[in-house]
Amino acid sequence: MAHIQLPDELPGIRGPMAFSPHTAKPMNELAEILLRDDNNTLTRGERELIGAYVSYLNDCFFCQNVHGALAQHYMQCDMQFIDSIKNDFQSTTISEKLKTLLAIAGSVQKGGRFVTTAQIEAAKNAGATDKEIHDTVLIAAAFCMFNRYVDGLATWAPADRNVYVQRAKMRAEEGYLDFDLYK
Amino acid sequence: MAHIKVEEGIPGIRSLVLFRPETGKPLYELAQVLLRGPSPLTEAERELVAAYVSYRNGCMFCMSSHAAAARCLYGDDKVIVDEVLQDMQSSGVSDKMKALLHIAGKVQVLGKEVKPEDITAARNLGAGDREIHDTVLIAAAFSMFNRYVDGLASFTPTDATVYEEMGKRMAHGYVLPQSTK
Repeated sequence: MAHIQLPDELPGIRGPMAFSPHTAKPMNELAEILLRDDNNTLTRGERELIGAYVSYLNDCFFCQNVHGALAQHYMQCDMQFIDSIKNDFQSTTISEKLKTLLAIAGSVQKGGRFVTTAQIEAAKNAGATDKEIHDTVLIAAAFCMFNRYVDGLATWAPADRNVYVQRAKMRAEEGYLDFDLYK
Repeated sequence: MAHIKVEEGIPGIRSLVLFRPETGKPLYELAQVLLRGPSPLTEAERELVAAYVSYRNGCMFCMSSHAAAARCLYGDDKVIVDEVLQDMQSSGVSDKMKALLHIAGKVQVLGKEVKPEDITAARNLGAGDREIHDTVLIAAAFSMFNRYVDGLASFTPTDATVYEEMGKRMAHGYVLPQSTK
């Protein structure tokens, strides 16, 4: 049971967002620009993957499955590949640049000051731009918020991971702005 | 020096939102609605939660600036802010605020750290759903803001008078800074 009275049928972040629409608005705008805006040299799949990876590190079941499923949808891969990235991204076939960005995201998850100059240099050497580094840090930081919001209020989450995969296409098409929380 | 090329001499989050105003806009809107919008918690209490979480995250910029804003808003009771940052449990804030700050401290560690007994304790001291929700979201949001500011190694002034001025400005609300260039 959630820590506060939320609409029963809404899983994860949708409960608190329905409870507090005026704070949900800028949170969804942030998600839309960070994760979905096409004026970005990081693909939607790469950005969702950073969100899923940080949510995994924060042990947030709902967020890591929603955003893992979105990454899976955009990258046209299977759940196993997403899981292998979460478990040990260094030994997967993702690009070197994305590996350096995931390393930065992993440090941000621990705390801002864990990001080292060496990690930034490695990302730049692998071709990452300042904007890509900025967005990586902000996506990682934003998920440290979303994850805490979802778990700090003890919201419920569907246990079947396939539910998230089935919904990913709809969320990818609708985006994070103006979607119906009850659908 | 910051990890990315931002405008020199601009402190903390201001330099970052000037670098990327598209994401800066919802970040400032969130701060405004969360810390200045409708809530059963006073603006001073909400700034105190922000300063407390930033303190626990070791984010000097956010801690100093939001503590300064909280001092402004507490006015004659501003000593409360420093008491809380020194030792929350023996500070002069109300027992209800202590219970909410305790929840905020749990959220700072991780969402799942918040236990039903923490919520019950706050409720028994008069906190309602809205106060609990706002406390959790402020603590979560500052777990983001702190990481954003420090994760990019943005400029952190060390002069206390700089923060005093900042606090006065922040007490009036959060408006996205515009580039002077």
